[in-house]
Amino acid sequence: MFAEFGYGVLVLSFIITIYSGVVAVSGVRRKSVSLIESARRAQLLTFPLISISSLTLIYLLVNNHFEVSFVYEVTSLSMPTYLKITAWWGGQAGSMLFWSWLLAAFTSLVTLRNWDRDIEFLPWVILVSAITLAFFLFMIVFYENPFSRYWLVAGNVVESMFKPISQATIFTPDNGRGLNPLLRHPGMIIHPPMLYLGFVSYVIPYAFAIAALITGRTDDRWIRITRRWSLWAWLFLSFGLVLGGRWAYDVLGWGGYWGWDPVEIAAFMPWLTGTAFLHSVMIQEKRGMLKQWNMVLIILTYALVIFGTFLTRSGVLSSVHSFANSPIGPYFMGFVSFTLIASVYLLIRRWNDLRSETEMKSVLSREALFLLNNLLFIGILIVCFWGVIYPLVSELVTGSKVTVGPPYYERATGPLFAGLLFLMAIAPLSAWGHSTLQTLGKAIWKSILASFILTIILFFTYTQNPYALLGFFLVALVLFATSHEFWRGTRSRQKAKNENFFTALSNLMMRNRRRYGGYIIHISMALMAIGILGIELFQKETQGTVAAGEALIIGDYSVEYRELASWDVPSDDVNYTRAVVDVYKNGIYLGQLYPRIDYFYDAEQTMTIPGQRSTIRDDLYILLVDWQPVSSVGATFKIYVNPLVNWLWIGSLLFLFGIIFAAWPDKETQQENFKSTHSVSQTSAAD
Amino acid sequence: MSEIVERKSVPLWIQIIIWLFIAGLLVVVGTTLSKRQQGSIRPGDKLPDFSLTLFNGYEFEEQSKVSLSDFAGKIVVLNFWASWCKPCEQEAAELEEAWKFYNGDVVFLGADYVDTEPEARTYLKKFQITYPNGPDLRTELSQMFRITGVPETYFIDQQGVLYYVKVGPFVSFDEIKSIIEQKLQ
Amino acid sequence: MMKQYILRFTFYTLLFSIVLATLSTQFAYAQDNIPSDDEVNEVAKGLYCPVCENTPLDVCPTEACKQWRDVIRTQLAEGKTKEEIEQYFVNYYGDRVLAEPPRTGLNWLVYILPPVIIVLGAVLLFKKFQVWTKPKVTETASNQERGDGSTSDKYISQLEEELKKRN
Repeated sequence: MFAEFGYGVLVLSFIITIYSGVVAVSGVRRKSVSLIESARRAQLLTFPLISISSLTLIYLLVNNHFEVSFVYEVTSLSMPTYLKITAWWGGQAGSMLFWSWLLAAFTSLVTLRNWDRDIEFLPWVILVSAITLAFFLFMIVFYENPFSRYWLVAGNVVESMFKPISQATIFTPDNGRGLNPLLRHPGMIIHPPMLYLGFVSYVIPYAFAIAALITGRTDDRWIRITRRWSLWAWLFLSFGLVLGGRWAYDVLGWGGYWGWDPVEIAAFMPWLTGTAFLHSVMIQEKRGMLKQWNMVLIILTYALVIFGTFLTRSGVLSSVHSFANSPIGPYFMGFVSFTLIASVYLLIRRWNDLRSETEMKSVLSREALFLLNNLLFIGILIVCFWGVIYPLVSELVTGSKVTVGPPYYERATGPLFAGLLFLMAIAPLSAWGHSTLQTLGKAIWKSILASFILTIILFFTYTQNPYALLGFFLVALVLFATSHEFWRGTRSRQKAKNENFFTALSNLMMRNRRRYGGYIIHISMALMAIGILGIELFQKETQGTVAAGEALIIGDYSVEYRELASWDVPSDDVNYTRAVVDVYKNGIYLGQLYPRIDYFYDAEQTMTIPGQRSTIRDDLYILLVDWQPVSSVGATFKIYVNPLVNWLWIGSLLFLFGIIFAAWPDKETQQENFKSTHSVSQTSAAD
Repeated sequence: MSEIVERKSVPLWIQIIIWLFIAGLLVVVGTTLSKRQQGSIRPGDKLPDFSLTLFNGYEFEEQSKVSLSDFAGKIVVLNFWASWCKPCEQEAAELEEAWKFYNGDVVFLGADYVDTEPEARTYLKKFQITYPNGPDLRTELSQMFRITGVPETYFIDQQGVLYYVKVGPFVSFDEIKSIIEQKLQ
Repeated sequence: MMKQYILRFTFYTLLFSIVLATLSTQFAYAQDNIPSDDEVNEVAKGLYCPVCENTPLDVCPTEACKQWRDVIRTQLAEGKTKEEIEQYFVNYYGDRVLAEPPRTGLNWLVYILPPVIIVLGAVLLFKKFQVWTKPKVTETASNQERGDGSTSDKYISQLEEELKKRN
């Protein structure tokens, strides 16, 4: 009964979504305000409806309704309740519903704003949202139905929403298959929703951009409206990516955080254009330039979101991440094609009207450096895109399957990321409009000197690896140059307002959240770079089989195998095999670690959980490996020493703080808006 | 002097490049998608003249490499298996029995899918298999047949046309026999 | 006579034992040559599992991957180099086991296309910089966009522009 109810509400939402789209367009045609208002209300209605449908699904999940095929596939009796709720996005059908729910939520949120100044955008924003939502609902209603159930028809189990023939009866399995054990981890709970939040949020700026193209209002109004949306979308996407990395590191057991897997890259690509977009819109706001380019960027970002979602869900890419083969592939393909073609067509049509009048004064001005930043991001995008697409091309043209793996990506993107680090250091020191080598040089020479000295010290004390040294030099440059900016700003404020250092610093940051939030984000990126350099360039690993009492040596560490225990936990349907090892560094006893292997009976899958010891200096990361059968007589361990890796996580926490800080409205937001729209004056480096 | 900024549309050649790129991308992805959705090849498909390099000791009439054309006029039963494939073991004995039963009138070929030679030989010895067997080098055969897993068996008639596909292990010798009898007149 | 026989017997037994002992130490020496897990991983890291997707051979947990690692171990013990082992895998399982496409034929596109496009993009960008930072004479701008590089034409059209304005 519940399943039918949930499905019925979903079908209703689908119909209402189509209604809102059709009526919005018709309202424009007939210039009827009441029709557009009706469309707006219809769109608002979709959110409560889809929420009801989602709540119904959650109810079914939590209450073990295994006759519903989705519930069977992603839950089992042994799973705790909170995991059953998060199983909502644990499979294709449920996660499509989750997507739709988020989409409805965001479009409703945007529809609730004050439209007085932008009333001509409204119908087109509704239309774009309606088309996207209608597409997802269409796929759910007809092809990936989370409410579909099992029926017994002449002794066979058949899947169908409604009774297939009159003699069929509901078939309820005793237990579900259970969520893939890899997904039963806190990181895995937040990672997909974060990513989806990021993906779906980008629909809003995209919708406004399309509305701007259609209506011809190609000034930067659409950017101003969606500025916060773009920032929050970027926040969620960034965080989703970082969480994915952390989860991979903690749980997947290969001592790494990023595998350059095609599906990972599919989520990474919109982040690249999203970051370029974030910077590029600042140029449009401050100098009125790059209107065309910003349109290209937001269309690219959204297209990559949809394209990436399609690649992951359709089975085109084979990956550890992808969903099972699904019939939605061709329809999704159609949607991707439509989105691409329609957006590009509209953009080309309006290209003239997007031309900007201001020109650039200097190659070292902030605009120019931002453009270089964009070039580098697009460069990384091209490397990633080609790496994902080429295997498909090769298979089609030559019939031979190839793998494009980490060596390609690391070699190609390394220099580009280094370039971005360098830009992060010098761009904040450049001025809008005018900068020369002298002004930039004056601002940065102290930081260059300090970074250089630091690098020399590292050369003698830490490493002679030239790539590492270059990386550390650039990181230091970012840290010194950005801190210098904080310092300079605080000192001049101190003098001007006669405040003490910390008050001045605090006020400085509060009154210019975007700028200083941005600086904090840059610093956090530099910290993350430290972690990446450490683990990529200095990772040590070893593997060996030892008997109890014997030790494996790696670097300064000695890992001694003590004992092993194996036991079942029937309530969780799991078998734990846990080893106890003693850890020594330079002969000093540090403690014990417990690497283990979890075997989940219901899903017949194994997870290797490392024993980790994390410090600022490095991570000692121990895996129990089953190359040989594991026993108390002898066990095989794989040990990684990952230097500096925790800076990656520290940096990401600071990153989170930085974005929230930057996105929070200033006290002077109103005045800022007033000033910016009424003057495009030359400003110096001090904003 | 007043600023006369030229209002130019996107140059035609750039437009052509953009549309060509989009078309190319959609074609590549679309074709790959349809390939993935195709599933394995179906009965009625004519097969290209594939070849199989055989393990030492599993030659066919002294030849260490055979092609489909070598067997024109005979039914060919091509079985994909692997030593690490547990279900394959269920049918191994039946396949060998069928090979012996037809005594060369029906050709049985074993294609070892993504396996290692030592393990493969152990498997073949374990089930005392004597019909021609070889590794699916470079996974070319399995890609050609677009198999979805192992074991899978493909029945090819005397004219080189695929007429039956069996996914999964055979339950009995009779099952194999009945499929062969369909074409053995 | 008996004494001689015993001596001879003892002598040959001793000889035999020494030979046996020497031979068995040879066997022990060969066994010490079993490649370590680290050596196997060194090769396995650069190879990808032919069945599972995008999983390097050193971390892949499946039964099939274990067998492949054993193959690597055996070949290393035979003295094969990393390249020879990789070639063996390619012959058996195709190009997809390598971490990067081999630099042959169509695959050159993988390595050449991105740098070419990026360099093109950089060239485009710097050309735009030139246009933007040039002093504002619109004819100059439109001439550059038409791809006209000769300065005399620019000069002439500038003159014509001035003349047009005077009339």
